[in-house]
Amino acid sequence: MMVRVVIPPHLRTLAKISGEVQLEVGEQATQRTVLDALEAQYPMLSGTIRDHATQQRRPFLRFFACEEDLSHEPPDAPLPAAVASGKEPFLIIGAIAGG
Amino acid sequence: MSKVRVLVGTRKGAFVLESDGKRDKWQVSGPHFAGWEIYHMKGSPVDHNRIYASQTSAWFGQVVQVSKDGGKTWEAPGGDIKIGPDTLLKGKSNRFVYDTSPETGKPLTTHQWYDGTQHPWEFKRVWHLEPSLTDPDTVYAGVEDAALFRSTDGAVSWHELAGLRGHGTGPQWQPGAGGMCLHTVILDPSDPNRIYIAISAAGAFRTDDGGKTWKPINRGLRSNYIPDPNAEVGHCVHHIAMQPKRPGVLFMQKHWDVMRSDDAGDHWKEVSGNLPTDFGFVIDVHAHEPETIYVVPIKSDGEHYPLEGKLRVYRSRSGGNEWEALTNGLPQANCYVNVLRDAMAVDTLDSCGIYFGTTGGQVYCSADAGDHWSPIVRDLPAVLSVEVQTLA
Repeated sequence: MMVRVVIPPHLRTLAKISGEVQLEVGEQATQRTVLDALEAQYPMLSGTIRDHATQQRRPFLRFFACEEDLSHEPPDAPLPAAVASGKEPFLIIGAIAGG
Repeated sequence: MSKVRVLVGTRKGAFVLESDGKRDKWQVSGPHFAGWEIYHMKGSPVDHNRIYASQTSAWFGQVVQVSKDGGKTWEAPGGDIKIGPDTLLKGKSNRFVYDTSPETGKPLTTHQWYDGTQHPWEFKRVWHLEPSLTDPDTVYAGVEDAALFRSTDGAVSWHELAGLRGHGTGPQWQPGAGGMCLHTVILDPSDPNRIYIAISAAGAFRTDDGGKTWKPINRGLRSNYIPDPNAEVGHCVHHIAMQPKRPGVLFMQKHWDVMRSDDAGDHWKEVSGNLPTDFGFVIDVHAHEPETIYVVPIKSDGEHYPLEGKLRVYRSRSGGNEWEALTNGLPQANCYVNVLRDAMAVDTLDSCGIYFGTTGGQVYCSADAGDHWSPIVRDLPAVLSVEVQTLA
């Protein structure tokens, strides 16, 4: 299952990539399988989206897809079918904060 | 010909400033890691091309970057590990996990919070990176919430020296206004087992066995907000400096008070003397004159800017107590910047260079031990740290 992921510009710079990322996530697309695949392909992103110790989403990052805020969905909940099929991207967005 | 390289960490990236030994013409590169806070950068004393950088963000957490070519290119160690078909390796260079293992005595997992209750230890960022004096792959990291980590593989992986956090006073440590940070790490060149650290607001500690056990070294410190005049911990130490050629002598800028110790921190005495205010953050020692020290007095803990709007470095040539204002080339009107605790450094050229950075984005250099100052750059983001490498 190939999923499209968009990450914030600072993390694209850190991972030395441009544009969207395409990730093979196995049989089910969830927040956890997507982030596991992202960190496997780009190890330098480990700890930048989820805290190393707690695996909790960092407070100033949000997850969106299909015009829905998925930030508070359980990490093992299936993502929308349009994300799983690759029609729509999974968006990791930096919150507007700090001033 | 001699060269110097100044490493500047700012709120919005890192900058590398280079000059020949005259220190009057500078090349500026950066911003590196644009948009990220760079709390600290420091070069290895045994490999000047090896530089470690703490890259941090409220959004994305902590990353440690390493350069092996003097700051031209950078990598996050462990971030380029190849993934095999059955292997899921994770990036580790930003993995700072507190050690709670039984082997290290299960260090306490809570400390005192602002309201007096106990609060969990939570990793936030690396404040200070201190490369080993002998091995370019070994580096120490002082972090918030206060703990000391060490890497022996070039910052690929980190392990806590848990004996510090496990000290019996741990539950009494509490955050200062900037957080509960371990901001000072000093390695003793005469004794590889001796390390000094300082924490806001716990105080100074020393190990004599390579980090296994620690003792508070705060005798003689007085803090008005602590009722016990002999309190072992709780002091808001802002920075400590040591001249490598005389490792038993330490100088401290405390929240208020400038202090010195002549016995490796066992006892401290105040040397504020005639300073116009003894609040401040930075303190450093001349590279060749062990009794010549520098501070930048700040008006007060409630007003973090120079007294009377005049940016003045104060120098003592007598190890404290007698201070002179150094003003030549520094703004003497309407200056309301701050100079943060890791934002002063000295080079080791024959005519000792002194450097400091301000929250207004200026980095000043004096090539004659403080007699004359000039800005290397004027308009960087707020400067968090300044270190200098003297290159042969």
